Amino acid sequence: MYLSKDEERMLVGEFGYAMQKAMEILIALGKIYDAEKLIPITSAHISGVSYANVGEDGLEFLEELASDGKVLVKTTLNPAGMDLDRWSLMGIDREFAENQLRVIDVYRKMGVEVTCTCTPYLVNNMPKLGDHVAWSESSAVVYANSVIGARTNRESGMSALAAAITGRTPLYGLHIKDNRQPTVEVRVPQPDGEFGFACLGMVIGRLVGDGIPFIKGMFHAEPDELKALGAALASVGGVPMFHIEGITPEAKEYADRSMEKLVVTEADIMSIKKEYTSEADPDLIFLGCPHLSLIELKKIASVLIGKKVRKKLWLCCSKHVKLEADKLGITRALEAAGATIVCDTCPIVAPVRDLGISVVATNSAKGAWYSRNLNNFSVKLLSTEECLREATE
Amino acid sequence: MNAILELRGRVIKGGRAEGEALVSSQPISFYGGIDPDTGIVREKGHELEGKSVAGKVLIFPHGKGSTVGSYIIYRLKKKGVAPSAIINQRCEPIVAVGAIISDIPTIDCVDISNFKSGDWIKIEDGKIIVERR
Repeated sequence: MYLSKDEERMLVGEFGYAMQKAMEILIALGKIYDAEKLIPITSAHISGVSYANVGEDGLEFLEELASDGKVLVKTTLNPAGMDLDRWSLMGIDREFAENQLRVIDVYRKMGVEVTCTCTPYLVNNMPKLGDHVAWSESSAVVYANSVIGARTNRESGMSALAAAITGRTPLYGLHIKDNRQPTVEVRVPQPDGEFGFACLGMVIGRLVGDGIPFIKGMFHAEPDELKALGAALASVGGVPMFHIEGITPEAKEYADRSMEKLVVTEADIMSIKKEYTSEADPDLIFLGCPHLSLIELKKIASVLIGKKVRKKLWLCCSKHVKLEADKLGITRALEAAGATIVCDTCPIVAPVRDLGISVVATNSAKGAWYSRNLNNFSVKLLSTEECLREATE
Repeated sequence: MNAILELRGRVIKGGRAEGEALVSSQPISFYGGIDPDTGIVREKGHELEGKSVAGKVLIFPHGKGSTVGSYIIYRLKKKGVAPSAIINQRCEPIVAVGAIISDIPTIDCVDISNFKSGDWIKIEDGKIIVERR
């Protein structure tokens, strides 16, 4: 792999320990994927934040890196294992909280913005069409590639951090235009709302594995709906991006391409819901996987106004979005109805098992999948309206 | 012990090491597959189940599973029960990142059918010397 003079100096340690380790990681990845060189990136997004996943050892390594490491580009952080301010209200114990805050401090010391969200694009980490970035968090990767038209591979937390520290990433995979071509055409009915898009994502993810679908048959799609679609797609398979005819920015380049054709029906989409029909009463109902946007919070508030929430209802979003909601009085309205706004985290990465939860309901196909497969919960997958009805009944 | 074979591979993490070969024809998941405090393989039904990777030159086709595996390699190293070196058929990012952050010499692009558990292996950057009794 070609290295510039500066990159060679980084590799031999002239710019310190963190830069050297980061460069070694990128070069190893470059070799594995036959990259010809490194390219500059404009932003990074790092997963691997919950203390439950990083552990004491990961933390020790991050502390070593932070001894002289600083990120060179705009870098945001994925959700942590708790709300950083209101962890005791969530029922998180003190020992976990202290360890979690150590992880956060290490990232902050390296210059990472402590956004703690899986939706960096909702908190000002918004690349431009064609920008090269290094993002981890599969749902954010799909959104960046598909909806924004930025270019990123599916990074791990560590490779994204290495890219942030050096400001570079190896040139391979989705950074190269040829590798962004769709591999299979999927004709679909117009899905209904975020929930319909999420279920459609599950169906397509299973059909195409780690391919790139070219979706036809949709007339309109809101950004929040595409967020739900991408999150579901990426959680069941290895899908790194999608194109939608007439909607996503790179789709027009492939309009006349002939490729394998698949058809998804209304019944296929409905069948996803039937996979998650726990009979038990949910201990927790959560919305916000991926994290809610301001628009989604507004919609939820308009449903809940004048009603009383009778079950534990978590609305998960970034602190950034909550601050906007505070200003508009949305937070007050939601809390008056009895909902809890949970920032910086979600029931997938927080140690929710320790909170006595075993049955959950959600509108997120991704959230349902992980709740069952990672946390062993019984799960009810419902539309947003049904979730809110369940919470207020 | 006679040097019976000299091979060359691609350097993922440079360095010099030697040790007894522990060979697996199956991929290894460090996260969940190896006890991070003892170095003993605990994946049910794995051909190395019950064996320790500590101090061995660990030879397997490639890694698998969660990227948390990189941190498990780091923990093995800190506990003094990491392999002394790794040889892969085709290295993937979990093992590569783990080896780099833990300073474990690692080579790939080698035909691993050349090795048997119990061989004595010396590696220096991309060069591998195999000794067999």
